[in-house]
Amino acid sequence: MISRRDFIKKATIAAAGVSFSAASIEILTPARVHALKNDKALRWVFLVDTYKCVGCGLCVKACKNENEIPYDANVTRTWVERYVITKDGKLHADSPKGARDGFTDPRIDLGMGRTEDIKTEDIKKAFFVPKLCNQCENPPCVQVCPVGATYQAPDGVVLVDRSWCIGCGYCIMACPYGVRFFHPKHHTAEKCNFCYHRINKDMKPACVQACPFDARKIGNIKDPDDPVAKIITTERVGILKSEYGTKPQVFYIGLDEEVR
Amino acid sequence: MKNHVLRPLLVVLGLVALVLLIRPFYVPKDFGVHERGYMYGWYRQGNIEDWKKVTVKYQGSESCKDCHPDKIETLSQSPHAIIQCENCHGPALEHPSAPEKLPIDRTRGQCLRCHTKLSYPTSARAGLKGIDPGSHNPDTECVSCHNPHKPSLEGLK
Repeated sequence: MISRRDFIKKATIAAAGVSFSAASIEILTPARVHALKNDKALRWVFLVDTYKCVGCGLCVKACKNENEIPYDANVTRTWVERYVITKDGKLHADSPKGARDGFTDPRIDLGMGRTEDIKTEDIKKAFFVPKLCNQCENPPCVQVCPVGATYQAPDGVVLVDRSWCIGCGYCIMACPYGVRFFHPKHHTAEKCNFCYHRINKDMKPACVQACPFDARKIGNIKDPDDPVAKIITTERVGILKSEYGTKPQVFYIGLDEEVR
Repeated sequence: MKNHVLRPLLVVLGLVALVLLIRPFYVPKDFGVHERGYMYGWYRQGNIEDWKKVTVKYQGSESCKDCHPDKIETLSQSPHAIIQCENCHGPALEHPSAPEKLPIDRTRGQCLRCHTKLSYPTSARAGLKGIDPGSHNPDTECVSCHNPHKPSLEGLK
């Protein structure tokens, strides 16, 4: 028969022994802790410098080829907008074919074959703004998907599962930036994914590589040594439609109030 | 309970049971709630790998220099050095095996992307040399006079 005293003694020793694992005596250096904590520290972000963009549209051409978006269909994952603001304060903006062939005409394209002439001396300011998916931190397109076909990957990129998408189009309606469309061949929702297949092979997205003027850059905001992260965290950059609270992760240098 | 209530009720219960029975077989194992919770992280995990498997088409100018060092050398002397080979020569894919020859874009449109004169005071476009496509030899291909690898006026054919 075990005495009460013995039982309490042995039980305490056993409990201490069980709760004391080998891992608790491992000494962790601060560097090791940092490495463990940042093992998955990857969050893709994009930086667009509107001062550098000349509206050549080579990014759009490369994107459509790389991501197999039917070339002549009027849909594209990325596009370039032209903003011309005249001295009377009026805004004239266009993006013919998403600027797939660049801007080769000084006239503004009004659609349906109509154009608008603008005299050079009337221009107050004019510039080009490339657009693409913002890979929002709080993506409204993902919230509305009824079947779980679109989602945010752990590295922040919003992806569409083509085999799961039922083509209801809720996400296309939900995106405040209008970056989503139906893929003419797959009949599923389609959007820019920062060329997910390329960035995971240490390559740059097709549009970033194609840009001759370095107007487009991609980086990892969680890497303090990343040159793009440095610019975003230390310089003056803007985002689109901040009032929606979507926390877009495409940042713009030289954003104008007319750009929406 | 009356029969006309009981019968449809049994049918509905049967359908619910059927759906619950099929569900574990139909829904993939990796479909469910992941890192970012139900709102943003409800998906099929295997799809991430599917996207990574997409074929790369544009290989980058770095992949051209081993076989075409002469072209790279000429081009590096010109302002066109900033332009990727594949922007005009097309995506390399598995070149030189497939395709053996790349289709070159020699159209006027390709040059006019940058060289249509647009006098936009607040854009880098204004700093590029430009022409009025309507008056500058409108019916001639640019490449019949200008050499895209040596675009300076000494390079004129």
